[in-house]
Amino acid sequence: MYPSRFAYDAPTTVAEAVAILDRNGGEAKVLAGGQSLVPMLKLRFASPERLVDINNIKALDYHRLDPDGTLRIGALCRHEDLEFSEIIKDSHPTLAQAAALVADPIVRTRGTFVGSVCHADPQGDWAATMIALDGRIVAQGPNGRREIAMRDFVSGPFTNALAYNELAVEAVIPPAKGKAVGGYLKLERRVGDFATASVAVALDMNGDVVTRAGCALAGVGGKTIDANEAISVLVGKTLTAESIEAAAEAIADAADPRTDHRGSADYKRHIVKTFVTRILSGIARSEQKAA
Amino acid sequence: MALDELKIGGMGASRRRVEDNRFIRGKGRYVDDVVLPGMLHMEILRSPVAHARIKSIDTTAAWEVPGVRLVLTGETMAARNLAWMPTLSYDTQAVLATDKVRFQGQEVAAVIADDPYIAKDACSRIVVEYESLPAIVNPVQAQDPNAPLIRDDKENQATNKIFDWEIGDKEATDRAFAEADVVSTVDLHYPRSHPSPLEPCGSIADYDRATGKLTVYMTTQAPHIIRAAVSLVAELPEHMIRIISPDLGGGFGNKVPVYPGYVISILASILTERPVKWIEDKSGNLISTGFGRDVYLQGQLALRKDGKILGMRMHTVSDHGAFYADAQPTKFKIGLMHSTFAAYDVPAAHLTSEGFYTNKAPGGVAYRCSFRVTEAMFFQERMMHAAANDLGMDQADFRRVNLVKDDMFPYRTAFGFLTDSGQYGKCLDVALEAIGYDTFKEEQEEARKRGKLLGIGISTMTEPLGAGNSREYDILGIKMFDSAELRVHMTGKAILRTGAKTQGQGHETTWAQIVAHELGIPADDIVVEEGDTDTAPFGMGTYASRSTPVAGAAVAMVARKIRAKARKIAAHLLEVSEEDIEWELGRFYVRGNEERGVTIQDCALAAYSNVPDGLEPGLENVAYYDPPNLTWPFAAYVCKVEVDPQTGVWDVLKFVAVDDCGVRINPMIVEGQIMGGLTEAYAMASMQYITFDEEGNCIGSNYMDYLLPTAWETPGFELHEVVTPCPHHPIGAKGIGECATVGGPAAFVNAVMNAIEHTGVRNVDMPLMPNRVYEALQTGQNVSGMPPVKGD
Amino acid sequence: MTSLYEEVPAEVPANVPTRRVTVTVNGEKRTVDVEPRLLLAHMLRQALQLTGTHTGCDTTNCGACTVLFDGRPIKSCTMLAVQADGHDVETVEGLATASELHPIQEGFKQEHGLQCGYCTPGMMMASKALLERNPNPTEDEIRWALSGNLCRCTGYQNIVKSVMWAAEKMRAEEAE
Repeated sequence: MYPSRFAYDAPTTVAEAVAILDRNGGEAKVLAGGQSLVPMLKLRFASPERLVDINNIKALDYHRLDPDGTLRIGALCRHEDLEFSEIIKDSHPTLAQAAALVADPIVRTRGTFVGSVCHADPQGDWAATMIALDGRIVAQGPNGRREIAMRDFVSGPFTNALAYNELAVEAVIPPAKGKAVGGYLKLERRVGDFATASVAVALDMNGDVVTRAGCALAGVGGKTIDANEAISVLVGKTLTAESIEAAAEAIADAADPRTDHRGSADYKRHIVKTFVTRILSGIARSEQKAA
Repeated sequence: MALDELKIGGMGASRRRVEDNRFIRGKGRYVDDVVLPGMLHMEILRSPVAHARIKSIDTTAAWEVPGVRLVLTGETMAARNLAWMPTLSYDTQAVLATDKVRFQGQEVAAVIADDPYIAKDACSRIVVEYESLPAIVNPVQAQDPNAPLIRDDKENQATNKIFDWEIGDKEATDRAFAEADVVSTVDLHYPRSHPSPLEPCGSIADYDRATGKLTVYMTTQAPHIIRAAVSLVAELPEHMIRIISPDLGGGFGNKVPVYPGYVISILASILTERPVKWIEDKSGNLISTGFGRDVYLQGQLALRKDGKILGMRMHTVSDHGAFYADAQPTKFKIGLMHSTFAAYDVPAAHLTSEGFYTNKAPGGVAYRCSFRVTEAMFFQERMMHAAANDLGMDQADFRRVNLVKDDMFPYRTAFGFLTDSGQYGKCLDVALEAIGYDTFKEEQEEARKRGKLLGIGISTMTEPLGAGNSREYDILGIKMFDSAELRVHMTGKAILRTGAKTQGQGHETTWAQIVAHELGIPADDIVVEEGDTDTAPFGMGTYASRSTPVAGAAVAMVARKIRAKARKIAAHLLEVSEEDIEWELGRFYVRGNEERGVTIQDCALAAYSNVPDGLEPGLENVAYYDPPNLTWPFAAYVCKVEVDPQTGVWDVLKFVAVDDCGVRINPMIVEGQIMGGLTEAYAMASMQYITFDEEGNCIGSNYMDYLLPTAWETPGFELHEVVTPCPHHPIGAKGIGECATVGGPAAFVNAVMNAIEHTGVRNVDMPLMPNRVYEALQTGQNVSGMPPVKGD
Repeated sequence: MTSLYEEVPAEVPANVPTRRVTVTVNGEKRTVDVEPRLLLAHMLRQALQLTGTHTGCDTTNCGACTVLFDGRPIKSCTMLAVQADGHDVETVEGLATASELHPIQEGFKQEHGLQCGYCTPGMMMASKALLERNPNPTEDEIRWALSGNLCRCTGYQNIVKSVMWAAEKMRAEEAE
C-alpha cells in the first residue's frame, strides 16, 4: 500500500518527456493513467527510480477521425472517453464494445488506451482490439517518430517494443475497406476481473463479402494472441454457418491457453470458439436485417 | 392517552438510522481515522512461504533506515514471553515466528517507524533465511503418515490431527440405515472463504507509563473478551486496560479473534512509550486473519419410500490451518455443526468430526454465522436436494414430509437442541407461490426444448442464533450472556450502553427503539453507546447473530427495571399506592381515573428532585441477560436460474426469501440484513473462495483474485415475512443477521444443479464458476473443488 | 509523508525530496508539501484530515477511496498526491452544506443504502458523477456505474434505490 521512493517529473511537452527518458537510461518509467502502474508501485512489484508523468502533456488528450477515416487515439485518451465517444460509436464497433468492458467504471475514467496497450498484459482488452484492427503505435524518441505495427508491438507478457527513450504518443487505426463491423466478448467472473478469455473481431465488409478480417484473443496465452491469420479464412467469403464454423475452429486452434483456477485449457479454447461464433453470427444476423 | 408507538420510533418502526448522520457526511470514526499525538506506525513482515524453518533473521539494515524506532522479531517477543499467545480454542498461536513459519503470510517481524511508508521501506530490508519444508495444504495430505509434523512446537502432538469429536446415537442411526428403503449419499467440500470486511483489521496501542494505563483502539467485535485476553497475554491488570472499538467497517466474524498485530502493537507501545498504530493491508487481512469454512462432508440419509427421513449420518473433516484458532463455544469442537437438520423431524442422527492442522492461515471464525452453522445448513440442504432426487420426489413435497410441523413445538432435535416455535410449512408455501413453483416444471421443459437450461433450488432451514445460555455456552470459560445499562436523565432523555458492538447492524437505532417500546421515551431522546470497555457493561460482543437475542433482551430487561422504579415514583407523585397504578406507553395513571397520570418524563424529573422516602434517588440500572435458550429463526429461500449451456455462465432470474425472525424491531434494518446476507451467499456460491497451490501459496490474497461480487452481478431479491414470535425472548425477537448467508448458498447451488442434473451430475463444489458448471454439463460427472488449483 | 511532520526529527535526512502542491479541495485551496510517492488518498486523510475518504484494498478494486477529480470519479489510492497539483478534488466532506444535505446523502439515509458506512463515501461520489452525466438512470445503469465500488453489507439493492431516490429529488429541484 506504500510505494517505495522515486523521483518524479511532470513534463508538459512530448519533447521534454522524451529528453527525461533519454537522460535516465532505462531507469525511468512513464506514468499515464496509472491504473496498472500505481497498484504495482503500491504492492512494490515495481520500484522505478523515476516516474515521468505525462498527464500534463495536454496535447496528447484526444481521439479523432482523419478525413480518410483513420482513427487517432492520443496517449491521454481515457477508457471512458472511448466508452462515451460519439466518434467511434458507429465507426468502430469492436472498440466501442470493448470500451465498456475494460476494468471497472472508476478505473475507466483515469486509465488510458495507449497506456493499457503499452502495459501489454496478456489479459488486456485494448491490445487485442488493436491487433484485430491492424493498428499501429506511434513512438517518439530523441531522433523522431516511428510507427510500430501492433502485431510487432507486444513482444511478450508485460513487454513491448518501445526503446527506453521512446514515448508511445498515439495509437493509429487504419480506415476500414468498406463497412466496419465487429465485436468484443469477454468472459469475466465479475466486473474488473481479468479475462478468463476474450475475443476481439473486426471485419471490413463489401456488401455481404468480407474484405478484411482481424481477430485477437486475450487471456488465452502468454501474450495477446494474434489470430489474424486464423480468421483470414473468411476473406472473400460471406458469413454462413459453415464459414463461421471454420473461422471459429481456426481461431480456437490459435489460442494457447493453460489450465489454472479460471478453467482448463480446453474450456478456455471452447470459450474462444463460442465467442467467435457468437460475434460472427451476430454480425451475420444484423447484416441480414440491414439488407 | 397512550403514545403512538410508531411515532416515537418504537417497535415496528422503520426508523431511519441515527448512525447514518455521521457516515453520510464522511464523519464516521474508524480506527485508521484516529490520530494520537506522537503516534508511530507499524508494518508487519510476513512469510513468503507456507512451511519453512527460520535459520536467521537479520534486521540490521532495517534499523538503519532513518525514521525507524523499533524492529521486533520472534526473539524479542520471546524475551518477554510474548512469542506465543492462546487462541480462542485452547490452542496456541505464534505472535512472531521463532522456530518455523507455518503458513504463507505468517507474521515474522515488525517495524515501528515515524510513518508507514518508512516502516514499509525498513520491512523490505529485513533479511530472513528460510529452510523450506514440504507444505501440507489439505486434510488428506495432513493424514499421510509421512507428512511433516506442522506443530512440532507442541508437546504430545505426534500427528497433524487436532481433534476427533462426535455426537448423536450411533446405534439408533445404524438401525435406521438398516431399515431404509433408499440411502442417499453426498460428498462435498465447502471451500475456504474469508469474511473480508472492507475495512481491514488494525489497532492503536497507547501505553501511558505514568498511569500504567493501556488504551487500545481496535477493530474488534468483542471488546470485553479482548480486554480479558490482553490482560492474560500481556500480563497487565484488567482495570488498567481500556479497549475502544470505534466505528467498524464491517466485521462478519473477521474481527472476533485476537491477532498477532494487536499484540505486537501493544508491546511496541510499551517499549517506545508512544502510541503505535497498526493498520493491516488487504492482503495481510486475506492471507493471515480468520477465514471461514474449509470443511469436507460425507453425508448420508436413510429414507423410506414415502419420503420420510429415518436417519442421518454425517462425517466432517475440517481444515483449520496452522493453529486451531476457531472462535466457538468451548464445548463444541466443530462449532454448532450438530444444529444440522434441526428444521426436520429426524428420529436418529450421528455426527463424527475430525479436525486437522495444515500449512494455511488459522481461523475458522464464524463468518456471518453462528459457529459452523453455515456449513451445517449447506450440507443439510445439499443432502435434502440429493435425497429428493434419489427418491424421485418433488423437492418441495420431500421437504413438506420432513419439516417439523407447527404442532410439534417445542421440538427436541436428534442432537439435543430444543427448537421452540415456527411455521415452517407456511414459509415454504409463501416462497413457492412467489416464485411460481407450480408452473415451473412445464416452463423448464419448454425452455429445454429451446436449448435453454432453467433450474429451481430450494433451501429451508432453521438455525440456532444467540448463544448462550450460559450453562452450555462459554468462550475460554467466560459464559455467554450480555448486558445493558440505562441511565435516564432528569429531563427524561437517556443514554443506553451495551456490551455488544455494532458493525453496521444499526444498534444505535434499534436499541433505542426497544427502550421506546418499553418506556415510551421517544427513540430520538435516547443515545446509544457501545465499544468502550471503560464505560460499557460487560458483554460478549456482536457475532453469531447474538445481539438482538441476548443484548437486545438485556435492553428490554433494563428498561423494565427502570419502569418498575418509575412506577414507585409515579405512585408517590400521584399519591396512591403502587398497586393502583396502571401503565400505558409513556405514562402511569391511576386505575379507574385515566385522566390522572404522570409521564415517564415526570417520573424521571422526580427521580432527581422529588424522591419518596426510602427510595434511592436517580433513575438508572443495569441488566445482565442469560437467555434460557437459543432463538430459532426459520428461512425458506427459493432461487430460479438460467444456465448458458455453451459457457456454463448462470444468471439468477428470480430469488425469493421468506424469513421468520419473530418480531421485527425495525423492518427496514431487518430487510437490509437479509439482502446483505443473501449477497454474501451469492458470492460464495458463485465466485468468492480462497484456495492454495501445491506449495501452499494463497490464491485469493487480494481483490484481483479474491472475487467479491459488484452491483452488476448481484441479483435482486424479493423479500417476504412470516412472524412467529420467540416464546422466551422478552420482545419476541429472534436473530436475523446471518440467516441469509447460512441458508442462501444452498438455494443458488440447488438451482444450478437442478438445471444441469439431467446429465447425471450430482454435485459441483462451490464456487460454481462457469468452467466448473460447463465441465459438469459436458461430462455428467461431479466437479470437486478439492485438488489444489494452480494460480497465475 | 515525511513532509507532514510539524517537527522534523533529527535523524530524518533533510534531502528527502518533497514537492509543494496546491489542490482545490471541496472548493478551498490547500497547499501541502508531499513526497512524490504519497498517494492522494493518504494526503487527503493524513495531511488534510479528511478521513471520510477510506482505503479498503491495495489493488484498485474496492473504490472506497473514490473522490471526484476535476469532476470525474477516480480511485484516490491510485493517484499520486503530486498529480493533483493545480486540480480540483471533491470528497464526501464537500457534499453537504452547513445546513443542507446533498440529495444523494439523503437518499442513502432514506433508502437504507448503507450499513457499516465504510464504502459509503466512495459509493456516493461515484453516484454523484453518474447523476451529473445521467440525471435519470435506470436500475441497470446505476448498477453498471457503481460496479467499480464494492460493498459487503447492503447487497447493493438499497444502494440502487438510494441513487434512484436522489435522482428523483434532483430532477424535481431542477424543475423548480
